[in-house]
Amino acid sequence: MSAELGQFALILALLLSVVQSAVPMIGAARGNRAWIAVAQPSALLLFGLTILAFGALTQAFMVSDFSLSVVYQNSHSAKPMLYKITGVWGNHEGSMLLWIVILTGFGAAVAAFGQNLPPTLRARVLSVQAMVTLGFLAFLIFTSNPFDRIFPAPLDGRDLNPLLQDPGLAFHPPMLYAGYVGFSIAFSFAVAALIEGKVDAAWARWVRPWTLAAWITLTAGIALGSWWAYYELGWGGWWFWDPVENVSFMPWLMGTALLHSAIVVEKRDSLKVWTILLAILTFSLSLIGTFVVRSGLLTSVHAFAVDPERGLFILVLLAIAIGGSLLLFAVRAPTLTAGGLFSPISREGGLVLNNLLLTVATSVVFVGTLGPLLLEAAGTKISVGTPYYNAVFIPLMVPLVAVMAVGPLLPWKRAELGAVLSRLKFAGLMTIIAMLATAYLVEGGPVIAVAAVGFAIWLLAGAIIEWTERIKLFRVPFGDSFKRMTKLPRSAHGMTLAHAGMAIAILGMTGSAAWKTEDIRIARPGDNIEVAGYNYLFEGMRSIQGPNYQAEQGRFVVTRDGEFITVLTPEKRLYMVQNMPTTEAAIHTNGLRDLYMAVGDSDGNGGWTVRIYHEPLVPWIWAGCIIMVIGGTFSLSDRRLRVGAPVRSKRWQAKSGSGQAGARA
Amino acid sequence: MGRKLIFFLPVLVFLILGGYFFWGLDPERNPADIPSVMIDKEVPVFDLARLDGSGVVGFNNEDLKQGTVTLVNAFASWCLPCLAEHPILTELAKRNGIRLYGINYKDKPEDAARWLREHGNPYARIGADNSGRVSIDWGVYGVPETYIVDGEGRIRYRHIGPLDQAATDEIILPLINELKQ
Repeated sequence: MSAELGQFALILALLLSVVQSAVPMIGAARGNRAWIAVAQPSALLLFGLTILAFGALTQAFMVSDFSLSVVYQNSHSAKPMLYKITGVWGNHEGSMLLWIVILTGFGAAVAAFGQNLPPTLRARVLSVQAMVTLGFLAFLIFTSNPFDRIFPAPLDGRDLNPLLQDPGLAFHPPMLYAGYVGFSIAFSFAVAALIEGKVDAAWARWVRPWTLAAWITLTAGIALGSWWAYYELGWGGWWFWDPVENVSFMPWLMGTALLHSAIVVEKRDSLKVWTILLAILTFSLSLIGTFVVRSGLLTSVHAFAVDPERGLFILVLLAIAIGGSLLLFAVRAPTLTAGGLFSPISREGGLVLNNLLLTVATSVVFVGTLGPLLLEAAGTKISVGTPYYNAVFIPLMVPLVAVMAVGPLLPWKRAELGAVLSRLKFAGLMTIIAMLATAYLVEGGPVIAVAAVGFAIWLLAGAIIEWTERIKLFRVPFGDSFKRMTKLPRSAHGMTLAHAGMAIAILGMTGSAAWKTEDIRIARPGDNIEVAGYNYLFEGMRSIQGPNYQAEQGRFVVTRDGEFITVLTPEKRLYMVQNMPTTEAAIHTNGLRDLYMAVGDSDGNGGWTVRIYHEPLVPWIWAGCIIMVIGGTFSLSDRRLRVGAPVRSKRWQAKSGSGQAGARA
Repeated sequence: MGRKLIFFLPVLVFLILGGYFFWGLDPERNPADIPSVMIDKEVPVFDLARLDGSGVVGFNNEDLKQGTVTLVNAFASWCLPCLAEHPILTELAKRNGIRLYGINYKDKPEDAARWLREHGNPYARIGADNSGRVSIDWGVYGVPETYIVDGEGRIRYRHIGPLDQAATDEIILPLINELKQ
């Protein structure tokens, strides 16, 4: 019954999105207020309908209604309730529905919180948003209906892929989708601005918070995904340059560029055309990512059920959304007025360099991910792996990180590089000390790792110096500094935190990539294994029984110089319904390094494959990501981002006075 | 005019990309296919000793040039998927009368012999490749892997992973029959 309710809600949502795509857009073109006014209630209702459908599907999963095909395929009555619920989006149909819920959720948020937007712009934004929604609703209903019934209903389900039965992965997709889909708002704003023929500082001020919100969730989503890969796959790695990882990373890189270029539009009314293009491309990359994952175009560890018909449908959607918006860009962008000029050495110049490097980095990942497909079409088959990215991606990050420390210290319009660098003397000193200390402390390891530590410290010190200068720490009495700190706009704190978080993440990546020690061997109970100064005593294996799996659990006592450190209990699980084995790594962290181990197959003679890794600094990767997310959230909570209205109206009059196109009431 | 054309660049790039995407959607295309550089080339020069306790002799590259189509299968006793494909290989050898040679990959002879005693030995000859050196020359990624070698000793097809009924019926058997003619 509730499934039919969900089905009905979806169909209504489809019809409503047709209305919302057309009516407000036409209304805005004709200046018809009644038609414009349709947008807001429609966006809210659309969200309500998709929530209803999502609720109906969730309910079906919770009560294990196996008469629904998707529940039968992806759930099991013996599964813990948490995974019954997360199983809703652990499959193609349900995750697509979640995609749409978030898409309409963002639309509803614009409708609800965009009170101070000019009505025509708001109508057009919501209309574009509805067009995207329409495409995906049609895709869902016609090719991947989550409410398809099977008759007769099977007695029990086929269970969720055991790799997905994990808290880390359970919440990874919603975060990731919120990020992907969040960029749809920037996209809708860009398309609406192209239709209006007007981009100004106020426009940038509205786009920024949505982009920032999307960036925050995408950062969290990617971090969660890599954390899951780290502890679940059992190989001690946290990033594999897998196509599906890459397609989530590309919108992140592009979105980061967009976040920064929008600042230039807001503050200096410059880089407008470029920012519009970035907004379109960022969401386009999200769409391409969805396409790649769901069409079976590339091989990946993350496989959804592959169906060429679905792939074709999304490809048509891509052609309309990306092709259409880029065509609109080609026609309308040349008519946008160019903004203010600036010298290459200036805050704007730094942000342009940031944008250039991030864009090139995105193309590098793009070529690495999709290049094999293009070459395959030409008849050669290659695979692109870590060596390519190490050789091409990392050299691009070096100047980016170097500039990241300098950029925030540069004044707008025109700057003296010498003066700024002299303010970074202390950072330079710290960098040299850090590099010398690293070279002294760590024997072996690549030289580039020492340089990487140096760059990370340079960035960290640069971020802190910028912040301490703003509050005049140590130069005025401490109380005054404190007062300055509380008065500093939150976005300034946010930037410092985000940049510092990046530096910490880089340290983590460097440490785990350069100085990781690993040992893979067959061990028997009673064996002692020595890895990076730690002794692992293998006490034995025992069988344990989980709710829907059986496991072999190893017990290893870890000591260092005779001193007890911890007991590690890695597991090898077999999920009964899908007959699929998974590894559960055991990890001990002290914040500076992880002791990581996994057990593999038995050799049949009492020996077990054992993998032990010593991973220095690896927790810093996720600590850095968390700090970036906190920084972004801090910035998002800035008053200036929330209430742009009073500032806007002043600029607004000034602008319309100068006779720009698209004057609004 | 030139300035205006540049604005069309993004959409052009996308159109080209879209064309590739369309091509990539071909359901016949399997992105997981790993082509072998060995296809249609002669098997590498090798000479594998017999596997002790298996009761059959070893083989070398000359043995594969005697005018008979041979199925060469790399296997190991420690490999579970090898056990999974074992009944299919046995059927191919016993029922279809296909000549099946085995390369025993990085295995202990006593383990491999025990495995064959337990599950039956469908191989007419087995070479012991303890070091895995010969398998590398063949381009073996991991066990199990199966090659079809024609009567002149050229590798004509390679299957990665365990054979299943579908691959056997749709690819292996038709190709062998074609080669036999």
